[in-house]
Amino acid sequence: MELKTKIIAVEAKQEIQITRLFGLPLVLLFRAYAEAELVEQWMGTKVLKLESKKHGAYQFETKDANGNILLQSSGVIHDYEPNQKITRTFEMENTSFPVQLEFLEFEKLSENSSKLTMKVVYKSVADRDEILKLPFAYGINMAHNKLEEIASKLK
Amino acid sequence: MRIYSQSNNCVIMNLRRDVFQALADPTRRAIITLVALQAMTPSAIAANFDSSRQTISKHIQILTECEILEQEQQGREIYYQLNPNGMKEIADFIEPFRQMWDERFNKLEAVMKKSKK
Repeated sequence: MELKTKIIAVEAKQEIQITRLFGLPLVLLFRAYAEAELVEQWMGTKVLKLESKKHGAYQFETKDANGNILLQSSGVIHDYEPNQKITRTFEMENTSFPVQLEFLEFEKLSENSSKLTMKVVYKSVADRDEILKLPFAYGINMAHNKLEEIASKLK
Repeated sequence: MRIYSQSNNCVIMNLRRDVFQALADPTRRAIITLVALQAMTPSAIAANFDSSRQTISKHIQILTECEILEQEQQGREIYYQLNPNGMKEIADFIEPFRQMWDERFNKLEAVMKKSKK
C-alpha cells in the first residue's frame, strides 16, 4: 500500500520534503492551517496568536495533562496566498534548535482531494538530523503514554 | 548520494535489544524527553523527578551504557545529551518522524471532515 505521508530526506542536505494526500477539498485543507480553532484541534496545541496574512506571526503553546508547558513554538509568516501557499519560519522557543524555514504548498487534485507539499530548510545538515531524531524520543513516550492511558481505563 | 524514503517497517528491528530494555522504563523515557531538547546536568535532570538523586543517576548510567545518552564535560559540570551517533543513518530514525506527521495529518483530515458537516 502506498503511504499517504511521505518524507524525502537526502543525505547531507539541510532540507526535507513532506508530502501528504488528503481526502479533503482544497479549501478545507487550507482552513485547517489558517484558522486558530482548527489548528488547535488537529495540532493538539493552544494557539496564542495566529495572524494568517503576509507579514503576520504565530505563537503556539503545548502543555501536558498537569498544565506544565512542554513546548512553545512561534514564527513569522513571510508569504500567504489563500488556498495556494504559506511561507513561514518555525522556531521552538527556549531550545537550542535554530529557526527553520517552511514552504507550504496546497494543491487541488479533485473536488474532494488535495495535496500538501511542505519543504523545510534547516540551518545546517546537523540541525536537520537532530530535529529528525526528536520524534524517536517523543514517539516512544507518546506511544507508551497512550498505552498507559488505555490500560488505565480498562482497570 | 543516497535518498531515503520510508517504505519499510524494519527500522525498529535495527535497534539493539538493550536499547529496548533501556526504553522500557517510564522514568528513562522521561529523561530522554528532557535531554532531547537540551543538554542537562544530572542534578538538573533529577530536579524533574520525585525519585532520589541516586535512582536518577542509575537511570542515566543505563541510558549512557546503551549509547542513547552521551556525556560532555563543560568546566566542572558533566552534561548529558542525546547521542547523535546512537542512530547513524537517516533511515534509522526517519520513520518515527514520518509517523508523527502521518498521525498529525490523519487528525487534520478527521477534524476537517467533521467540521464540514
